[in-house]
Amino acid sequence: MNNLDTTFIATALVVVLFFFLVRYDRQRRPEAIGFFRRNGAVVGGYLILGVGFWLIMTFIMPMVFMVDLSFHHKLPPSKVGGPEDVYTLDNYRMFLFGSRTSTESLNWLHLRSFFATIGISMALTLITFAISYPLAYYMAQSAKAQQLRVLLLLLIIPYWVNDILRAFSFRILMAENGFLNGILQGIGLTGQPIDFLGQNIALYVALCYSHLLIMIFPLYNAIDAQDHNQIEAARDLGAPWWHIHLFIVMPHAKPGIGSGMTLCFMLTAGAVATPLVLGGPNSLWFTPIVYDRFYQLFDWPQGAAYAIVLLLACIAIVFTVLKLAGLKLGEIAK
Amino acid sequence: MNARFVTSRVVIFYLVLFFIFLLGPLAVMGVTAFNTPSYPQVWPIEGLTLNWFTELFQDQEMLEGLRTSVIIGLSVAVLSVAMGLAGALVMTQLFGTSRSYYYFLVVAPVLIPGIVLGISTVVFWRDFTGILGMRSTLYNGTVLTILAQSSFVSSYCMLIILARLQRFDVSQEEAALDLGATYPQVFRDVLLPFLRPALLSSGMLAFLTSFENYNATTFAILADKTLTTVLASRVRMGSDPTISALATVIIVLTIVAALVFEWLKRREQKRAQLLQRERRRLEAAELL
Amino acid sequence: MTTAIELEKVRITFGTFTAVHDTNLDIRDGEFFSFLGPSGCGKTTLLRTISGFTEPSAGVVRIGGKDMAGIGPNKRPTALIFQNLALFPMMTVAENVAYGLRVRGVGKSEREQRAMKLLDQVALTPHAHKKISALSGGQKQRVAIARALAVEPKVLLLDEPLSALDLKLRQHMRRELREIQQRVGITFIYITHDQGEALNMSDRIAVMNAGHIEQVGTGREIYSKPQSAFVASFVGESNELPGKVSRISDGMCTVDTPLGALSGRVGGDFRVGDAATLFVRPEQLRLAAPGGDHAFRARVDDLSFEGSMTHLGLDTGLAQDCAATLMTSNHESLPEIGADLGLSFNPLDAIVLKSGAPAA
Repeated sequence: MNNLDTTFIATALVVVLFFFLVRYDRQRRPEAIGFFRRNGAVVGGYLILGVGFWLIMTFIMPMVFMVDLSFHHKLPPSKVGGPEDVYTLDNYRMFLFGSRTSTESLNWLHLRSFFATIGISMALTLITFAISYPLAYYMAQSAKAQQLRVLLLLLIIPYWVNDILRAFSFRILMAENGFLNGILQGIGLTGQPIDFLGQNIALYVALCYSHLLIMIFPLYNAIDAQDHNQIEAARDLGAPWWHIHLFIVMPHAKPGIGSGMTLCFMLTAGAVATPLVLGGPNSLWFTPIVYDRFYQLFDWPQGAAYAIVLLLACIAIVFTVLKLAGLKLGEIAK
Repeated sequence: MNARFVTSRVVIFYLVLFFIFLLGPLAVMGVTAFNTPSYPQVWPIEGLTLNWFTELFQDQEMLEGLRTSVIIGLSVAVLSVAMGLAGALVMTQLFGTSRSYYYFLVVAPVLIPGIVLGISTVVFWRDFTGILGMRSTLYNGTVLTILAQSSFVSSYCMLIILARLQRFDVSQEEAALDLGATYPQVFRDVLLPFLRPALLSSGMLAFLTSFENYNATTFAILADKTLTTVLASRVRMGSDPTISALATVIIVLTIVAALVFEWLKRREQKRAQLLQRERRRLEAAELL
Repeated sequence: MTTAIELEKVRITFGTFTAVHDTNLDIRDGEFFSFLGPSGCGKTTLLRTISGFTEPSAGVVRIGGKDMAGIGPNKRPTALIFQNLALFPMMTVAENVAYGLRVRGVGKSEREQRAMKLLDQVALTPHAHKKISALSGGQKQRVAIARALAVEPKVLLLDEPLSALDLKLRQHMRRELREIQQRVGITFIYITHDQGEALNMSDRIAVMNAGHIEQVGTGREIYSKPQSAFVASFVGESNELPGKVSRISDGMCTVDTPLGALSGRVGGDFRVGDAATLFVRPEQLRLAAPGGDHAFRARVDDLSFEGSMTHLGLDTGLAQDCAATLMTSNHESLPEIGADLGLSFNPLDAIVLKSGAPAA
């Protein structure tokens, strides 16, 4: 079990660094009193234990360990920590170039799926935003209190139906002999049933559907915080409607837009349930590939490497976009 | 036709479309739960039946999954509220640079895909329980799922609690101290009662989030089964109206809960109005 | 008389900002003592230091002769009434009052009994089991007082508790506070920026400005014998006539102002040639008989008749506004706006002080 040592050392380093940061913070207020004097032993102990267990045991250590694991080979338990257990980049090489026996120069199967997932997630995020924005604006600035309550109620219902069931409803709706094809054929729009599932259309629609609410609530909160008089004033000055939205409402709601888009993108790219239910035979989604590393091949180090690649790509994209939009992470998470 | 008329028509058209998109698939699924064919069929309605519901309530695997889901949900709720509260309170006692690092650390789990959290939990705890010598007791799907879900559900709880903490009037705390209370007494008598609504709502949110979670669960659950993982395997195997029946039950429960919540809120508002009126009356009397 | 609170060279700094400069002060047992000053003068900081929420950066705070260093607010024999009262909304009126006893481990029946007794004293018995949010502003005030008195403090500290009330209720509560103080006989320390409140209720007042105590004395002393320009202009209204000292003798001095040489009592330590300001209150100014002796001349540019009093706004040609208050009954006819008047005053009623920073 040698691998854990690295994790322990790294975690201890984080904790010690943080402790020194708190202790010798230049902005520390001089009148602040000691932690245990402030909280008492019982409450102070609870705070340290609570935060410690949460951040260290359920977050930092597993994360660090996963990163560490991704640099190892898959070995039978008896050989773990033995002489064959060395650090390696093989799992990442596998992602880029395929297995050593592969004849292709690059691992196109996985790379294509990876880039498709990222690209489609970005596109879906934008579409979700476009669909959600008008409703969020209507709820925040136009709807009366009574209407608002009804709208919120209607929005909350699908929110608590879980991903699997939502995806299932789309399967019923969009199956080859499903309801939608029935309607389309009934009104004569199409002669042949459309293969929504095989073409992954159902998958994309359902992904968009699943994250509508994730998008709407931050948007609604941000637009709601804007003084309606500002919009009225702009209208009085003769600004056209698109101008008002583009230059008055959206800049003000930027943090909300940022947080909605960030969450939506992360959840879309990391979606597992929807691709599982709706992914066609030629589905390109990346998460099932990660899943298969774990529970088909039982190659955990490789699965960890794939998960890390996905995580890093998502983080890099989110940070780049936020930076371009001039937003800070702190503003987003509120 | 004036512009205002056109705008309002466009808005109505959009709203109708939006809610057809949002609720239509669920309604369609609901219909299949009452239709007789054994494949979820919307149209034609061949006959109304409640068979799929009775079948659902006799489905041992689903009931087993439900039981595990409830156990996990309750544990996650308790653990996450406790850890989220600790996290929020620590936040209020940090300043400057350490505060921003800490903030980054506690909201990060929300932004990390569930699949990554699930994986990291499984791989770490497999080895960690090994060196603790507790692999037989702790390394099982239920425990791992609780841990994996808690890491990000705690962040949600913390954000909710923090939002209420920011409205906390520090002079309340100081008043209690000034009257001779110790810090733990202040915590118990002033802070906790103030945070009660946030603790309850974050607990509720934690339970529901855990209950419907799939992404982290599917990795962490190992050999155990929650309602969502049972559902997933069923849906994978093929379509079956009992799944529609289950969805219908969940939708109905959601609607009922939302209506009850709405009713409670209105009652609260009415009570607040009455209090206000009473206070105004008293104030008027005082000035006579 | 014994000392309730003793401040010895107390200094309070936040980072590089000094909120209170080295301050020495004795507050006596059983007196109603007020800190009066504009917002930001350090009076609230001083109060928080006495109650223990802020530790002084230097110096000693003694309460009842005991050094309070390192003793937290929950261990001090003081009780504080907060500006926003800080009543506990989740407790009833009686629970609020009994809270201090509860945390001291007083048994349930006894603390209820004592709480009811206190509520009776502030006429709130019928409201004992109501929630705080059901009470009016004045009732909340009385709950806060009862809650603070329940712990039997040696000193009651009040941080502008009346500022949220409307005028009528505020005047009523002033009387009530004074009565309560006389009844319980403990020291009250009252923070306010409202000079009316301070002059009306206090045995003694400390006037504060920019972290310094400018003067300590009874209301009368502060009003009629201000020791600094700040006090003279902050407490009550004063006409300020700046100039240079030209003659000093027998406790009187003459200041050469742009309006001419004016005389008043010496209120500070200065020599001939120093810059000084002569302060004279509006009600001390009299109209000189036409052609008679006068101290200076001014034009009436505003007049407001308020029954027994008439206020005149005067233009002397100086930057500062000037005002005079006349007893209406002393005058057969009042001047009109635009009239050119001669004004005089008794030099014993005017005071000459070192020119200082103008009042905020």
